[in-house]
Amino acid sequence: MSEEMEPEQRTPAEHPPQGVLADVAALAKGLATTFGEMVRKPVTLEYPESKSPRSERWRGRHYLRRYENGLERCIGCELCAANCPVGCILVIAAENTDEHRVSPGERYAKVYEINMLRCIFCGYCEEACPVQAIVLGPIYELSDTSRDKFVYTKEMLLEPNPDQQEPIYVGRK
Amino acid sequence: MRPFLTAPDPYGVFSNPIGHWIIVVVAMVLLVFVLLTTTAYTVWMERVALGRLQSRPGPNRVGPYGLLQMAADGIKLAFKESFAPHGVDPLLFVVAPMIIVASAFLAWAVIPFGIWYGFTYWIADLNIGILLIFAVGAMNVYAIMLGGWASNNKYSLLGGLRSAAQLISYEMSLGLSLVPIFMITGSLRLQTIATYHAHWGWYSGPLPLVILAPASFVIYLISAVAETNRTPFDLPEAEQELIGGYLTEYSGLKFVCFYLGEYVNMVTVAALASLIFFAGWFLWVVPPFLALGAKIVGFLFLYIWLRATLPRLRYDQLMRLGWKVLLPLSLINVVVTAVVLVAVQ
Repeated sequence: MSEEMEPEQRTPAEHPPQGVLADVAALAKGLATTFGEMVRKPVTLEYPESKSPRSERWRGRHYLRRYENGLERCIGCELCAANCPVGCILVIAAENTDEHRVSPGERYAKVYEINMLRCIFCGYCEEACPVQAIVLGPIYELSDTSRDKFVYTKEMLLEPNPDQQEPIYVGRK
Repeated sequence: MRPFLTAPDPYGVFSNPIGHWIIVVVAMVLLVFVLLTTTAYTVWMERVALGRLQSRPGPNRVGPYGLLQMAADGIKLAFKESFAPHGVDPLLFVVAPMIIVASAFLAWAVIPFGIWYGFTYWIADLNIGILLIFAVGAMNVYAIMLGGWASNNKYSLLGGLRSAAQLISYEMSLGLSLVPIFMITGSLRLQTIATYHAHWGWYSGPLPLVILAPASFVIYLISAVAETNRTPFDLPEAEQELIGGYLTEYSGLKFVCFYLGEYVNMVTVAALASLIFFAGWFLWVVPPFLALGAKIVGFLFLYIWLRATLPRLRYDQLMRLGWKVLLPLSLINVVVTAVVLVAVQ
């Protein structure tokens, strides 16, 4: 609206005040604004020491969950691998036996690998999983030194046994 | 006046020509080191202050409070390849950064630091000190123009041309702004101007000349920002339009030279402002070095503050301010001061 108006059609109130004194006042106002920023605490979050809070739904590094009794949730159904849009998940299932019981179901994941270089962190694996075994966690610092190290194995992904260790944290630590 | 000493010379060191020259050489070497360190910490101060003015912490990783940041940057730049693009003028491309550093350091030959315990802390006691500073300051134009022209790059050339026009325009009001000071003190010698004493009735002592010539001070301040190519008058560099202006093709130590020259010039104009307008090294009971240093730091902070606040002027605005505002104002200032001086005497 105001752009279409010709300068002479504008009401006097729309004109900024003009003249040397008004310019000096504007300059002083600008200088005061920047000086006000100086006495305020910087808003910068100094990254390695302090991190910004992440939401509980943050889609970071995956992990494989366990039941409270220590059994793995994954039943080796490969729905996550089938649902993965970039095909970065490899699951090779094996039968559970009574002597060697890994998960409560019939089968368990003998091999579970995610190629993190391909993963786009879409969270479809999480949605596809019928037993909520695979979950995207809060960790996002995933840099490493070689391509091989980005193929995460089951040992790396699996949540530590609750008897042995603290569970993986969610949200800000 | 005997150099370096105002008190009697009991051992004859200062009167002896050999002793005198040894002291001159030592003083010059010392001055170069002091200036280099000052420049490095000016850059540090600029980066930290600019950061704080923009609500961020500034460099704070290298050393305590980021104090070693400039050392790290210096080492990085020194080890960079000194790259020269195809088609540059091989001689002028190298000479230009040398000119800017040489002229920047030369100005400090006549800048006095003060008198302390009978010793005088300056290299040369020249009765046309300010004239010399303006003369070598004007050599910056050559460095920037030659650097821009020798780079074989249209942006560099544009930056160089802009710089030449800008420096010539503001040099005049800068010089004219100080003419009232020369009329009041009757001297172009910086030591005389800095030690100006007023005798007003009951008061007899050092007087900041800013009280007598406030208009001169304002014109000097604005022109000095333009002379040092700093924001809001940094059109020669103008990162957004000219990449880096005359600096575009420079890298490594040649880039350091340009940068060093620029920051030494910034300290020079700050020192001049403190010496001429703020009674130099007098500040109640504060020792002379600290007093002068504090004033210089104050002016440096002012320039940094302006940089953090003001946007860059358009080219026609720059020229209009220089020729249609500052130059007539400084001429009027000269005439008015002359009339008042004649009326008072």
